[in-house]
Amino acid sequence: MKRKCDLAVIGGGPSGLAAAIKSWNLGVKAVVLIHENDILGGVLPQCIHTGFGLHYFGEDLTGPEFAAKLVEQLKNTEVEVLNGAYASQLQVESRNLKRIYGYRFGEAFEIESKAVIYAAGCRERSRFEVGILGDRPAGVYTAGEAQTLMDIYGILPGSEIVIVGSGDVGLIMARRFALEGAKVKAVVEIMPYPGGLTRNVVQCLEDFNIPLYLRHSVVEIKGLRRVESVKLVRVDENLNPIPNTDFEIKCDAVILAVGLKPKSELLAKAGALIDDATGGPIVNDWLETTLPGVFAAGNVLVVNDLVDYAAEQGERAAESAAKFILEGKLPLAKLKSVVPGRNVRLIVPQLVSCLQDVVFYGRVRKPEENVLVRFEEINRFFKLPAVRPPEMFRFKIPAKDLSRIHGEKLTINIMEV
Amino acid sequence: MEVSEKSGARTLKLTCIVCPLGCKLKLLVKDSKVLSIEGNRCPRGILFAQSEINPRRTLITVLKVDGGNLPVVSAKTSKPIPKDLISEAMKTLSKVIVKAPIKIGDVIVKNLLGLKVDVIATRNVEKQAKLRN
Repeated sequence: MKRKCDLAVIGGGPSGLAAAIKSWNLGVKAVVLIHENDILGGVLPQCIHTGFGLHYFGEDLTGPEFAAKLVEQLKNTEVEVLNGAYASQLQVESRNLKRIYGYRFGEAFEIESKAVIYAAGCRERSRFEVGILGDRPAGVYTAGEAQTLMDIYGILPGSEIVIVGSGDVGLIMARRFALEGAKVKAVVEIMPYPGGLTRNVVQCLEDFNIPLYLRHSVVEIKGLRRVESVKLVRVDENLNPIPNTDFEIKCDAVILAVGLKPKSELLAKAGALIDDATGGPIVNDWLETTLPGVFAAGNVLVVNDLVDYAAEQGERAAESAAKFILEGKLPLAKLKSVVPGRNVRLIVPQLVSCLQDVVFYGRVRKPEENVLVRFEEINRFFKLPAVRPPEMFRFKIPAKDLSRIHGEKLTINIMEV
Repeated sequence: MEVSEKSGARTLKLTCIVCPLGCKLKLLVKDSKVLSIEGNRCPRGILFAQSEINPRRTLITVLKVDGGNLPVVSAKTSKPIPKDLISEAMKTLSKVIVKAPIKIGDVIVKNLLGLKVDVIATRNVEKQAKLRN
């Protein structure tokens, strides 16, 4: 199969859907949406809890409802949806010509497009990336796999559960298991504080009396055919195991909620520069990667904690791609670097043109209270009552402020007041 | 949440979830009234504490589907229900089988446990036609 189009959007999750809809509405008329699955919406259809859409739609929705709203909007466009399609390679031939190679229902395809929005999302980390050794029995799932089984297919993947990781995904899965009658014997967190929102610690763990083991690490899974137990150890302040503190918890399923990683390999292979801190591509304020006309949005750009941000980035990338396609290029500018300073782990975008307003998304290294988020070179300070690693900060800085940067960089520091 | 009885009034410890600060609140409660509150760093903590004396939660789950392209449909209660009744509600809902097709917003269980709260579908389920994955 061969296709020619103006814009190829890769990924049918919230950011890809928002990007496809927005670019169509902005007048890009040949848009192809490449999507792996049959159901659109990415991870949303299985995220049946509420808390989605407060910013983007102004109402509190479940994941499937958020996805359905975007799918309804997509129906009002003539975006061509290639479901069951997997993009395996991207080649940038020239400024206005990209080729995407891939497979659809076992057949190869080749798509030519002027611009690309890459919105392939992220993937879950595996047990081997967090040093969980031992046997390899049945009953070990990532949180997303367990969620697909329970909330799409109605299958309970175990009856005595240990969850590794206390981020929001782990906490929400703990509640789902408890509601469905499984016994959640432990949620294990290596850090001294929970990884998820306080709201979720209260409503997912405390409501169901689920024990949370902070400063603990699961180091081993035991079981010949089926999971029989896990081995925990306590860790010191450097996260190293403390000798003779190990103990076992019996269980028949281990659920790994140990973090997400942008699926940026295709971009890296195409030559885009990757940011070590985000794991996603380095982008400018057009959300354009270092490959001209190739844009990134959603969790492949940075692992977002709100779907609203992913959709917002999709729209932003669409605005840029529309400009790139309809005007043939984006305005030239000398880009300035955005430097993560004190207690800032990551920042997106990493480069700014200073020609337009910019929404910055960032994440801190450690929790702090009563802080100032300082955009140093332009003297813009924002007060926050608290910052925590699981909660991104988001600030919109107007172009007129950014134009005050005289040097090469913009530093963001977080200082305690 | 921790509770301890004391001369008609009870002490209640809970974590405020209004903002990321997560203040640890200590309340003195009598007959569903907050007599005193400690630990809140802003007035929103007082409102939160009042709402948590008789806590309610929106229940989110999946229900079995008959004849659909998916075996379960996701659903939520139309309003929050008392926290204490959640496990009873789950027991009732585990026996329900919903016939496809189902549209988002369909009432699939009316007046759950006599609480004047409905259970509402949050996903479309088509009739038959199994999906590939």
